[in-house]
This record gives sequence, structure tokens and C-alpha cells, in this order.
Amino acid sequence: MARRKLTISETVEELSILSPTGEVDESLDPHISSDDLLRIYRFMVLTRMCDDRMLRLQRQGRLGTFAPTRGQEATQIGYSYALTKEDWLVPSFRAPGSLFWRGWPIEQILLLYNGYEAGNRVPDGNNDLPISVPVGTQALLAVGIGMGMNIKGEKNAVLTVFGDGTTSEGDVSEAFNFAGVYNAPVVFVCENNQYAISLPRVSQTRAETIAQKALAFGFDGVKVDGNDVLAVIVATRAALEKARNGGGPTPKCWKTSGETLRLTFKKRWSVSRRCAYLNRRRFLILPTPRFRRNCRSKSRSFWSTSS
Amino acid sequence: MAEMTMVQGLNLSLHQNMAADPRVIVCGQDVGRDGGVFRVTEGLLEKFGPKRVLDSPLAEAGIVGTSIGMALYGLRPVAEMQFSGFSYQAFHFVEEHMARLRNRTRGRCSVPMVLRMPYGGGIRALEHHSESKEAYWAHTPGVKVVIPSGPRNARALLSAAIADPDPVIFYEPKLLYRAFREEVPDEPETMEIGKAKIVRSGTQLTLISYGSMMRVAQEAAEDLVELHGVDVELIDLLTVSPMDDATFVESAKKTGRVVVVHEGHRTCGIAPEVIARLNEKAFDRLEAPIRRVTCYDVHFPLFSVEQFYLPDPDRIIKVALEMLKY
Repeated sequence: MARRKLTISETVEELSILSPTGEVDESLDPHISSDDLLRIYRFMVLTRMCDDRMLRLQRQGRLGTFAPTRGQEATQIGYSYALTKEDWLVPSFRAPGSLFWRGWPIEQILLLYNGYEAGNRVPDGNNDLPISVPVGTQALLAVGIGMGMNIKGEKNAVLTVFGDGTTSEGDVSEAFNFAGVYNAPVVFVCENNQYAISLPRVSQTRAETIAQKALAFGFDGVKVDGNDVLAVIVATRAALEKARNGGGPTPKCWKTSGETLRLTFKKRWSVSRRCAYLNRRRFLILPTPRFRRNCRSKSRSFWSTSS
Repeated sequence: MAEMTMVQGLNLSLHQNMAADPRVIVCGQDVGRDGGVFRVTEGLLEKFGPKRVLDSPLAEAGIVGTSIGMALYGLRPVAEMQFSGFSYQAFHFVEEHMARLRNRTRGRCSVPMVLRMPYGGGIRALEHHSESKEAYWAHTPGVKVVIPSGPRNARALLSAAIADPDPVIFYEPKLLYRAFREEVPDEPETMEIGKAKIVRSGTQLTLISYGSMMRVAQEAAEDLVELHGVDVELIDLLTVSPMDDATFVESAKKTGRVVVVHEGHRTCGIAPEVIARLNEKAFDRLEAPIRRVTCYDVHFPLFSVEQFYLPDPDRIIKVALEMLKY
């Protein structure tokens, strides 16, 4: 009999490649082609512009309720870039960027949020599920798809997405557990925008990071700077590669700007406070300007600083 | 052709369907090594291996959620809830995804899965092991709810459920699992889902039931015929959603008197739905108000008093005779 301390050996990796001012860490740069970098940037801007436009339309009463995605462009375009067409995407209800990247027409998303069922029709040939409104349930569907890949012996992977608030749902814990037990090729992406409608992340969990939740289920967790599109791509690629090669699941936690819901549900913050916050952080924190700075830096040849 | 219990009939269906179609897989708590707590999945693990017979972690939402995922990926999962009383932890998956994905995706995705669960009382069980909540599931559009009543139809209906391109909730009357044996053909056999069966033809009164209450209704029908000279027509619904109202409406028009018998609660159950449809489609041919013999609107009691809670032949006969005097 003894009372002793068990040391848990696992650690959580933290990854960031672009600095807040857009300088790239050369040793970690994934060396993506200029064409691809430009395409990634364009989709980030498209996601952002669409979101701004949809928010205005919604405020004008010309669009129904939707989940804005401001500040989460890097995560959505980053993980989508890392997916192949054969891989499956099981999105949350806040994933327009990834749907655009996967080829969903913008008008279809607008149809959906204007109350037309046609908006949810998965385009032919796409291995995607439509958005999932009940938070967290999609994670178990994704694990089932991954289990199906194992049963059929197909070397694909599935990526599913949810927010920080969703990690409080029992379904997410069950999904982690099933993924671990069946070694399912699943990448769990938590887009941690630090708020679930009105409640900050610290009120959802006492865990220091969301990524560390993976350790209790027997697999790795990675914490990634979610405003850094290059870090998102590198981390997702590694996790997908591991999943395809029988390494099982990985959950990742992206820390994003956290502005999304504060802008939508403004009763918490006064207008002046919001403006001050945005002015202070706009060019340092938000993923798209940060990536633009990097694209326009001297190290990238395709976009000169004078353009 | 062999004499089989319902458990053996279900087991035969699973063996034959798994052998015929590599997409069919089985999952649930203790379905592998243990062969299921009622032995419905016995021998499957040995024959088809752990890739197709999955002993699931103890988590109902996880079992149903991942089964939906596997179905979306082209497999045909047959998932087991150990008891229907624990299926509520997976309720949201049935309501939010299983029943909706075909419609949500405008037909692009379907969920061809079967969710099996033993239901019903009379087996002297613990709390939560005896309920009949088929009405919950029948209230959800997009899922079929099938309830067999004997070894042969259980086998045939399970095979039909596995072949169905959409989700089927397969409610198994555990009281009948080993209650009696019946001839079950060796060669694969299916039955049409959504079709009621006239078990006995009659002219004076229609008894409608399903599942484990079919035996009780059958006994009541025999007594009514032999002791009271009432010519009873007995109908087995077999599928409670979608409901085969054509069969029972026709019968009601013929007999003019209908009693609905089931184990679920009285309020907002299957009987009220049957009665509503008869009201709409056979009202002017009825000789007496339609009656129901059901369990009461209180929770299923612990087993010392369950025989007073469950409908029995005497309650049915009493109601039937009152109707004939109406």
C-alpha cells in the first residue's frame, strides 16, 4: 500500500508560426506555393466580407438568424486547405468559410439562412455533412464516419468542428471516448473564440487548455494559434496524416479572436467599449490582416508591398 | 423450418443478413463477447469478427451517434440499446439527426440503420427496465417504429428493417423473447413494414393491439369467442409508425366496435392516434364509442404490483362486453 504521485507524461503542443505583426517563423514555415497562399487569402477575405454583409442583411431584416464567423477565417480556411476531397468535413453551425472552400455556392448558404431547405443540400461529390445546429452532436457523427472508414479499410480521415462552449456537452466527451477506443481517424477542431453567447471560456471548464482534454481520453491534443492560418494548416496536416496512418484522433484547440459573438450579442458591451477593443486589436489580432501583412512581406514574392 | 423463440428468430435474421451483406454491422453494449444480455446477438462476434460486431463503450448517445455516422458512410448498422429505458440518453440523436438527415440534405444523405431495443414489462425487472414508450418515437417524423409480436414476424420484420433505406426503431417485446416457440423458415424471409395483419377475422368487434399485448389480446379474443359468443376480429399493428390505418378502418366499418389495447401510457399514446383516425374515417359506421385498454398514466411500478398495472384479458373482456351492450 502506498500513497504516491503518478506522473502523466503527455504534454500539449502549442503552435504558432505567424507573429501578430505577420512575420513568419522560417523554421516552421510550411512553404506553401504563392498560388495557394493567394487562394487562401482570397477565401479568408471572402469569408470575412460575406460575414460582414450577412450581418448587415440580418440587421436589416433581410436575412434570418445565422452564426457570424468574424475572426475565425484563419481556422476555417486553414483546416479546409489541409483536407483532401476524399476526407470528410463535419462542420458546426459556424463554418461558412470551410463550406465556401469545399465548393458550396454562396447563394446556397444565403438560401439556408433565409429559411430554404435547399440551402442544406450537400453538393454532389462532396464528402461533407450540412451544418449541425444542436451543438456538439456532430462530433459523434464524425467519429461514426471515422469508424466506418476503419471498418471498410479506407485510408481517409474526418475532421469535425465545434466551439469552446460545446466542449461542455457530454456528447463531445463521448465522441472523444469513442474515437479513442476505436482509434477512429478523426481530427476534432475546437474553434475557441472564448465566448459561448454570453459566457466566457473560463465559465465552461476549469481546464487550463481545451487541448489537454484529449489526454484523459488517451490521445494527443494540440493548441494552435487560431489567428495564424499557417499554424492551422501545419497542425491540421499533421493530425490528418497521423489519423490516416492509424494513429487515431487528435483534438486541436484554436484560440481565435473571440469577437464573433460579442459583435452579435452586443448587450454585454457598450458601443464605445466595442469600438475601442476593435481599434486596439484590429491589425494585431484578427487573422486576415495578420496574414495579409505576411503575404505582403518581402519574403513573399507574389505580392509586392506597393500593390 | 425449425421451432424457434423470438430471440432465436432475431438471431437468425442477424446471422443471415450479416452473411449476405458486408455492410451490415452490429454494435451496442455487450453485444459481442456476451452475445447481448438477452443473447439476441449470440455467435455473431465469433462468426463475423470484432470489425463488424462492436462491443460499445457504455454510452447510449455515443452508440446511436456513431451508428448514424457509420450509416452515413455507407454501412448498415444495427445498434442495440440494452433496455429501451436507457435510450433516452440517445433521444436527441434520433430526433436531431437520425430522423432528419434525409430531409435536411434534400435526399443526398440517408441513414439506413436499425435501432433495436427491448421494451415492456412483466419480467420482474428493476426500475427503468419495463416501460413502453413507443409513442415517443412514433411522434418523430422520419423514423419507422416496428414492434413484432412473435418469433416469425420478429425475424421477418428485422430483416425488412435492415434492408430499409431509412432508419427503423425496432421495439422488441422482451416478455415474448422466450415466451413461446413458432415455426420459422430457414430461408430468408421478410415482411412489409407499415402493414398491419388481421390475425383473426370476425364481425362484431375489432381488437387492435401490437407487441407483447398481442398475446393478452389473443387470450381475450379466444374467451370472447368461446365463452361469450362474440365474433372478434383481431388486428396486429406490427408497425406503429407509419400506421396502417386502411386495415383497421376497413375492419371498424365492418364490426362497428373497436377496442385498442397497448402497454404504453393511456394519454397521447398509440391508442389515441388509432382512435383519432377511426374518428376521421369511420365515425358514421361506429356502433359504440371506441375504447382503450392501456397501462395507467403513472410510471411503471416496481414489479410487486406490475400485474395490476399491465392490461390483462379480464380488463379487455369487461370493456368489450360493455361495448356490446352500448
